[in-house]
Amino acid sequence: MLDNPEVPHQDETLPSADDGYQPSARRLERERLHRARTRRAIAVAAASTLVTVGVLYLAVTHAPGWPRTRETFLNAHYARIALPQVLKGLWLNVRLLVCCGALILVFGMLLALARTLRGPVFFPLRALATAYVDFFRGLPLIICLLGVVFGVPALRLQGVTNNPVVLGGAALVLTYSAYVAEVFRAGIETVHPSQRAAARSLGLTGAQAMRYVVLPQAVRRVVPPLLNDLVSLQKDTGLVSIAGAVDAVYAAQIITGESFNYTPYVVAGLVFVALTIPMTRFTDWVTARMNRRQSQGGAV
Amino acid sequence: MTQVVLRMEAVRKSYGPTVVLRDVDLEVPQHTVTALIGASGSGKSTLLRCANLLEEVDDGAIFLDGEEITDPRADQNAVRRRIGVVFQAYNLFPHMTVLDNITLAPRRVHRMSRAQAEEQARELLARLGLADKAGEYPDRLSGGQQQRVAIVRALAGRPRLLLLDEITAALDPELVGEVLSVVRDLKEQGMTMVIATHEMGFARDVADQVCFLDGGVVLERGAPQEVFGAPREERTRRFLRRIVEAGRL
Repeated sequence: MLDNPEVPHQDETLPSADDGYQPSARRLERERLHRARTRRAIAVAAASTLVTVGVLYLAVTHAPGWPRTRETFLNAHYARIALPQVLKGLWLNVRLLVCCGALILVFGMLLALARTLRGPVFFPLRALATAYVDFFRGLPLIICLLGVVFGVPALRLQGVTNNPVVLGGAALVLTYSAYVAEVFRAGIETVHPSQRAAARSLGLTGAQAMRYVVLPQAVRRVVPPLLNDLVSLQKDTGLVSIAGAVDAVYAAQIITGESFNYTPYVVAGLVFVALTIPMTRFTDWVTARMNRRQSQGGAV
Repeated sequence: MTQVVLRMEAVRKSYGPTVVLRDVDLEVPQHTVTALIGASGSGKSTLLRCANLLEEVDDGAIFLDGEEITDPRADQNAVRRRIGVVFQAYNLFPHMTVLDNITLAPRRVHRMSRAQAEEQARELLARLGLADKAGEYPDRLSGGQQQRVAIVRALAGRPRLLLLDEITAALDPELVGEVLSVVRDLKEQGMTMVIATHEMGFARDVADQVCFLDGGVVLERGAPQEVFGAPREERTRRFLRRIVEAGRL
């Protein structure tokens, strides 16, 4: 009864066992139940999504001010005008994101490492890093930005640029490095001391233990919060517009200023969202793959 | 007549192309101890994980008190409430005191009052000689103490069946004894247990039934005197000879 010879070996998901194994009737019945359950789950999900979307749609479109709102925020004419301008501005945001992101990761890591240094010799370095993080994490980004963008040119230093994009980027790096340093430090501290002990016992120096054993584990663990900061940075790149650089938000603002229609802002917002989603999916995929490689599976 | 607590029927489990359990049949009557022996990787742990539904079997069926627990419609949480598990690496929660580790499931799962759960926990701790450790954190205890706490934690849910997965494998030799004597006491009290172990002497003493697993197959099964004294299979003989040479029997 358990091994049903009449059932042909046709299930593609079965492991290729070489022992002439034939799935039993019990297994086929169980798999049929699983499939039925999956189908039901999908049906329920679809139905509830439909209802939710329907209710939201009706609630919004039946609001008293809806025609006016639609005209002001979702105007196809202005969207068409705004999109190329916004995309041109977005290119600046992307460049800022990539350059600042790379610098922030490097500085953040250096700050975190400086804070984990032991020994009295390193006290000044440690204190400096701690003070830096304390200060720049507490300072509102907008104030940091104003200070750098308008304060540095006011000094009239020789050979220092007045380019608002570069200065704005520098302000972003200053602030975000402090955040990212704390993320890295938290990651480093979650690696169990026994890992360090094992590395040192093999004769690795403190720096080598950090480089080859602690950091690889720490960085993997903090990928999700790092991504969080990166997405946040991406949005904050828009703040360089206060220095006069035309990014996606500023491009939208210019059109809105002429037309008194807010559609360009909606376009800019959607463009930003569209930019983060692939990034999030990509890091999800990377972390999932890492986890699959390292851990054994299980049903719970 | 004795009741069968756990029954496995033609259980099969594979990870990708590797078949870990093949056509495994097993019957564990109430108030008896079954020892699973065999080399590392022979499928002992997987068998226990399947019994607790931590792994899904590919084929075959597992019954707890005659009720099929591998049925997709079975309530997995209800099944696990009736089975206690002790792991090789203790798996105590490091952020909770001993007492909180033990009372977590009675309070959150079995809806016991805090006072009642703690009273039961203290009583069990006292019975295992750990009365003074209730307020300690697990990392401050020795391996043997941690493993005994893990046993108390498993017992606190008043399980029908206790699964012990190589519970002495991570312990220093001088700490093995204290844990094994706890298991002997549990047997005296009539606890039904399935034990995966490398301690052959212990298996011979305490088990009512010994199963020798080899390559995911139950190669030999019987009373300890039969399996250890007069093994039928050549592979069992070879395994036991290696164990004797290693001075473990």
